[in-house]
Amino acid sequence: MGSNFGLSRQLPPMPTPDQEKQDQQINRRNLIQVRINSSDKIYAGGDAIDISMLKDKVKDFLTNPTNDPNLSEKEVKEIEGYSKGTYAVSKGVISLQNDRGTSYRAYIAVQNELVKAVNEIRDDFSMREYGKKYLQLEEDQQKVVKACIPQLISEAEPKDVGARRK
Amino acid sequence: MSRFKKGGKREMPGITSSSLSDIVFMLLFFFMVTTQMRETENKVKVVTPEASEVVKLDRKDLNCYINIGSPTLMYQAQYGNEPRIQLNDSFRTTDDIRDFIAAERDSKSEKDRSLMTVSIRADQDVRMGIVTDVKQELRRCSALKISYTARKPAK
Repeated sequence: MGSNFGLSRQLPPMPTPDQEKQDQQINRRNLIQVRINSSDKIYAGGDAIDISMLKDKVKDFLTNPTNDPNLSEKEVKEIEGYSKGTYAVSKGVISLQNDRGTSYRAYIAVQNELVKAVNEIRDDFSMREYGKKYLQLEEDQQKVVKACIPQLISEAEPKDVGARRK
Repeated sequence: MSRFKKGGKREMPGITSSSLSDIVFMLLFFFMVTTQMRETENKVKVVTPEASEVVKLDRKDLNCYINIGSPTLMYQAQYGNEPRIQLNDSFRTTDDIRDFIAAERDSKSEKDRSLMTVSIRADQDVRMGIVTDVKQELRRCSALKISYTARKPAK
């Protein structure tokens, strides 16, 4: 009854007709597609994947520790309030697609894994920089971490993928 | 061991009722303190999915709720068991969301309007089709801050 816990999301505004083509501009390598089909199978970056592997795959994609040209790019940005001034911010975007037949349970499970991936990267960063977990930081420190590791999850326009299950 | 032997009949002492009021009041206060008023009646069955990364939404008064699930047993004869949308106290369709959001916006103070969050409370067994419809409608009404209600998994 009084449950007030949830996963917060910001929906993209409805595109106006003349604006439709614009969102294609993200570079291909900076986009990881996570698809859930109508029988709740998960595909990340084109391969079928188990949900337990999803988090690590996304983490790898976003952090790109080996600077693999197939994974996301980084852009050195100036971060306000950050002691070292600049940080190589990942340009990676997670695009989440689902089918009308996907179950809500699977959808939330995937959302949860994606958030968990970002939270873990933030935690690692916070531990390195401040020696504390992200949630225990001061508010302005959290802001810095947020700026360095943005949570970019886009919920794509609905599409019918595969056959619908009734 | 004759000491323990009770001889003859003994009268039952009468129960004192002086503590009765204490007990009654204690129960009364206990329920008064712990009871939460349910704001709206649930007409759809909602078992929210589990998610470990949930965050608490801090301002309850800025939330409005959209419930999605199949009607409860009481209403199934009338409405069937296909998942439906409940806004406030009645079954609605996606077309009514616009009015609902407008009404909710009006009820908030001017400066809180941009902070309003729409909580989608959907049953874990509904299909994404209906949720997507709701989301698309919310985008059309530019109510862009949403939250998927979920519960923490039991440890």
